[in-house]
Amino acid sequence: MTIDPWVILFSAITVIVTIVMGFWSAQKSKTASDFFVAGRSVSVGWNASAISGEYLSAASFMGVAGMVMSSGYDALWYPVGYACGYLFLLLFIAGPLRRFGAYTIPDFAEGRFDSPVFRKIAVIFVLFIGFFYTMPQMKGAGTTLGYIFPGLPYWAGVLLVGAVITLNVALGGMKGITLVQAFQYWLKMFAISVPVFVLMAVYGHYGTQLAANGGISDQTGGALSAPVGVVLDRTDPNRSVASLRRELPEEAPPDSSWLAPFGPLTSKAARAANLPAERARPYSLLYTYSLIIALVCGTAGLPHILVRFYTNPNGVAAKRTTMWVMVLIGVFYLFPPIFGVIGRNLLPELYAATGAKGTDKVVLELPRVLNDVYPGLGSVMSGITCAGAFAAFMSTFSGLLVSMTGALAHDVYGRMLRPQATAAQRLRMFRLGAVILGFGAVVAGSFVEPFQINFMVGQAFAIAAASYFPLLFISIWWRGLTMKGAATGMLTGGLLAVIAISLTSFSDLNWLDLGWFWAAYPLARILCEQPAIWAVPLAIALMVLVSKATKSEVPADVRMKMLVLHAPEKLGLKQEYIQEHQAVAPR
Amino acid sequence: MLMRRQLRLSITCVVAFLSVLFGLPLLNYFAPDFMAQRVFGFTLTWMVLGVGFFPAVWIIAWVFIGRSIALEEQELREAAREADQPVTQQLQD
Repeated sequence: MTIDPWVILFSAITVIVTIVMGFWSAQKSKTASDFFVAGRSVSVGWNASAISGEYLSAASFMGVAGMVMSSGYDALWYPVGYACGYLFLLLFIAGPLRRFGAYTIPDFAEGRFDSPVFRKIAVIFVLFIGFFYTMPQMKGAGTTLGYIFPGLPYWAGVLLVGAVITLNVALGGMKGITLVQAFQYWLKMFAISVPVFVLMAVYGHYGTQLAANGGISDQTGGALSAPVGVVLDRTDPNRSVASLRRELPEEAPPDSSWLAPFGPLTSKAARAANLPAERARPYSLLYTYSLIIALVCGTAGLPHILVRFYTNPNGVAAKRTTMWVMVLIGVFYLFPPIFGVIGRNLLPELYAATGAKGTDKVVLELPRVLNDVYPGLGSVMSGITCAGAFAAFMSTFSGLLVSMTGALAHDVYGRMLRPQATAAQRLRMFRLGAVILGFGAVVAGSFVEPFQINFMVGQAFAIAAASYFPLLFISIWWRGLTMKGAATGMLTGGLLAVIAISLTSFSDLNWLDLGWFWAAYPLARILCEQPAIWAVPLAIALMVLVSKATKSEVPADVRMKMLVLHAPEKLGLKQEYIQEHQAVAPR
Repeated sequence: MLMRRQLRLSITCVVAFLSVLFGLPLLNYFAPDFMAQRVFGFTLTWMVLGVGFFPAVWIIAWVFIGRSIALEEQELREAAREADQPVTQQLQD
């Protein structure tokens, strides 16, 4: 395979525009406040685009399509969970959180319980979740560069992208990122939708493509599946729906399990244990539920998304922003599964490859098949999706890097190590922190090639669901929560989730020999791989129980705090609260 | 007061959402043949999950925001009407 000039051109433009925008806006943001939350002056439309731009990561752009192609129906839960998790955020968290007024989640944790100790605990999870979330972005980077330059090793792509973004973040900060992220949302939307429309116009629509799977007849009564063993000619001008399909390699899941619920993804553990299909189904149902809980609750606990809600002018704007985010990303998520479905029909050779050459690159490579029909068009379309992929992992990685570096510079350095540090010192620390964390992300990212992008992001969501989600949810809606209760629940739920997930990942990487154990206890495998179903209730239960036991330690001004969280800004309570609060406990 | 009303509204919306979200796997589990029937080439369950789910959630969000902002405005009006009493007192009741 040779290097495609169109693909290089579009990718290079994306990278250059992103970097130039970062540098340009770096000149506009001078103070530390600008760096952290963009001066809190971002309108609903901009902020919704920026949140969506930051949220649509390599997992959404490349991973969903790759996973729908490899696992079929079960993978559809991912885009639905990613988009619908915002409803939880909207219903319970967005408005109150903005009203409380703090830069970061650790700020909130400290302010809600007047406890600097709790801030330290909360910071740990910014780093944990960010770390688990950057690894799949790095896989996306390695996969994309490996596709553009076919000879390039996976780790080199990871290193190159990691270095460029780290530099950009160290010099740009968040003000830059708000504009860049908003622009990137629209770029990604364009890049995912246009190739899909072209592909569907040439090869048949979503439903037609899906109908080619399973050999079930459509309304006209004709059998749709291609005869097995026949390699079909994509260029055949008289092609019918049946001739859409190319022969599937052995590695591909059969139509019946691919198309139906409880297929290859959710039944993996039970199959490893050699359970018969009927006995595997309850396990698959459990896996599905745990995945749903992780995705829906996890969205409401992602630190790099939550920090953006502070850039809304008030609580009502925060709610409106969330609504628009749901619309923007919901529309986006219609498209990636279509790539997966068409990819299964037209590019089945990806099933036979692994790692960075596997189904995760279907979004990048699939548009190229158009070259068979209209030479040149396929290259242009493939260039467009590559540009979108760059936008995806670059924007998410920079967002994560900003929030992780923010935690390091603002919380660990500015609050714990050197509280009297000047703004200039903090800024220098911010830059140094970005370089350190960027390097760590590159190292971790170069180990994760065997895992699917989407799967890894799901793991990060599970950790967020077991740690931040219970903290935010309970502390916003229940007065009786004490610091000890919140800390116990968050630490236990979050750390157990991290450990469980790490065990399955280490054993899949062959760093730990646990295969025999998983085969003997498929239930344990599912509960470790998707821990949300037990970790979230566990964290909530611990929070409530420990709070009841330490009832006397409920913060004295909890009524006032609840008022700030829930009362509309127009009542003007905030100022009173701040003055009163400062009089009581000067900072 | 406001907090309780907001919470009740949130819970109503979330129950609607969760019944759809958790109901779909159950339908898949107990009525696989029904969910596998074809609609425009899609299976029914694919159609629901891959396409229909998003607009449903938008509607819930839309209703919630409208009601939630109305609740806040109602609270503001009440606060203005009874301006004699300290506002904070009322809200805490």
